[in-house]
Amino acid sequence: MNKIFEIPLYAYERSADQDAETPVRRKVVVVGAGPIGLGAAIDFAQQGIEVVVLDDNDKVSFGSRAVCYAKRPLEILDRLGCGKPMVDKGVEWNIGKVFFDERQVYQFDLLPEDGHEFPAFINLQQYYFEEYMVNRVRELQEQGAPIEIRGRNKVLKVEEKTDHAAILVDTPEGQYHLEADWLIACDGATSPIRGMMGLDFVGRIFEDNFLIADVIMEAEFPTERWFWFDPPFNKGQSALLHKQPDGVWRIDLQLGWDIDKEEEKKPENVIPRLKAMLGDDVEFELEWVSIYTFQCRRMETFRKGRVLFAGDAAHQVSPFGARGANSGLQDTDNLVWKMKLIFDGIADESLLDSYDYERIHGADENILNSSRSTDFITPKSDMSRVLRDAVLDLSEVHEFARPLVNSGRLSVPCTYDGSPLNSADALLDGPARTRPGSPCPDVPLGDEFLLPKLGDKFTLLTIDAEAPDSIEESGITVTRLALSTKTDPTQMLKERFLGEAESGVYLIRPDQHVAARRPSFDETLIRAAIRRAIGKE
Amino acid sequence: MSDLNLTPNIAGADDFYAELLATHEGLSKADSDALNARLVLVLANHIGDRAILSQALAAAALKSEE
Repeated sequence: MNKIFEIPLYAYERSADQDAETPVRRKVVVVGAGPIGLGAAIDFAQQGIEVVVLDDNDKVSFGSRAVCYAKRPLEILDRLGCGKPMVDKGVEWNIGKVFFDERQVYQFDLLPEDGHEFPAFINLQQYYFEEYMVNRVRELQEQGAPIEIRGRNKVLKVEEKTDHAAILVDTPEGQYHLEADWLIACDGATSPIRGMMGLDFVGRIFEDNFLIADVIMEAEFPTERWFWFDPPFNKGQSALLHKQPDGVWRIDLQLGWDIDKEEEKKPENVIPRLKAMLGDDVEFELEWVSIYTFQCRRMETFRKGRVLFAGDAAHQVSPFGARGANSGLQDTDNLVWKMKLIFDGIADESLLDSYDYERIHGADENILNSSRSTDFITPKSDMSRVLRDAVLDLSEVHEFARPLVNSGRLSVPCTYDGSPLNSADALLDGPARTRPGSPCPDVPLGDEFLLPKLGDKFTLLTIDAEAPDSIEESGITVTRLALSTKTDPTQMLKERFLGEAESGVYLIRPDQHVAARRPSFDETLIRAAIRRAIGKE
Repeated sequence: MSDLNLTPNIAGADDFYAELLATHEGLSKADSDALNARLVLVLANHIGDRAILSQALAAAALKSEE
């Protein structure tokens, strides 16, 4: 049986654009059909915006690659209509074990907070993740949504024009020209578009190599994340074991810097390493092997005229903490509603400056966290290794040292503190987690949850407070969602949105981040907050 | 905000110093380095106060106060 990543899911088909006399102008062209490009395209299509996705390949990701998906991206994917199949297929886990040398030093439980529709994390091979997104694209197409994926359409050239990007595309049947009012580059860490446009991508290179292997086995290992520092089967290095669906296990082995990559990838070299780790008696089959190195870096700005960069094309992190795909989905979640307002003539192009501000803020947070994890996992000096080992030795005996152990700080969404779209916090007794700029936490509402009710439009959430059912301001209709702590048996609405406050009125953006909050409705101030949230105040 | 105490504060200073040396007695250089590292972490956790810890790091680096 063929694996899903061996089947062309968006095989090349000739497009009428290839036969046009003059280049056809498209509203939005997305380059790259990975998780971020598909996420952007589905979002545009759901908003009724015409979008064409170009990809130089015609299949989903080869191998598991990005394997760990966090709650916030799953909530975004639910809004995009494909979060639930991912959770159904994915493996949920909460327990992590940390090993040092030959012994387990401690274990932790992520203890996910109750009252969220989506789990803290799932493990899922990137090929399934992309397959479910492609399925969603097909479903939207059946409903007549203006979305198209063009497989084996490789972008050769991008030229920046005043009001569009001119693109030269290569296909199995030759080249053609295409124009895009807006081009969204989601073409990965090696972004050819970034290179063609001569844009910078600076940061820190980590001199290390990691072998990743997808192994199919019937094993007794529990559904837990196991991380080894300096294990006997990989002396001086680290190792990670994680469970994926279908009896596939993901293994990451640190190899160090001075190695022969091609040699190390050969099964005759990989298999003995895995046997040393798993034990001689475990039967397994190799599904995929790859070697990666990584850098922590970002572009200086994520926008160049009519070209916007998202995901790994804009910023790259180490894999520790699952901050790559997870943060990329938050990029497009931040971008698409702003572009929709610009297309509708409601906001000015300058609103896109806030994409840069907010997502650079997010990228810097992710780079900081993943660089620190990398420094802990792969100490670069004798003394950093001595200190690292001291933390691990102490963690076995003393609880205080455990928070210092850093095998990856798992992805959490960032709060856009200081964003120009935020209004000053006026709910002074309110919880810090829902201050302006924060992503709304989910809350159970009877049999339902809060986030699906917020959807992808501006919402005025009132809790034990009066307000009009809707407000029109600057071309935007803000609809009220009235909730009460009197019908809040879990008290989670109160705990997450009111804290010590008696009542609250929240202005929530289409990406479910808080724009403003106050104790009660004040028409003048809420209207100002709406204008500010679209870059008009 | 409290400041890092850089005046004599250990009663029986000579006894403490002797105990510190005794703890390292007979250890290899690598084991002594590891012990010092663990000691720093234990003491840092006891202090806890981030501002004091920053002052302590600067004092240990023999940096003069601003």
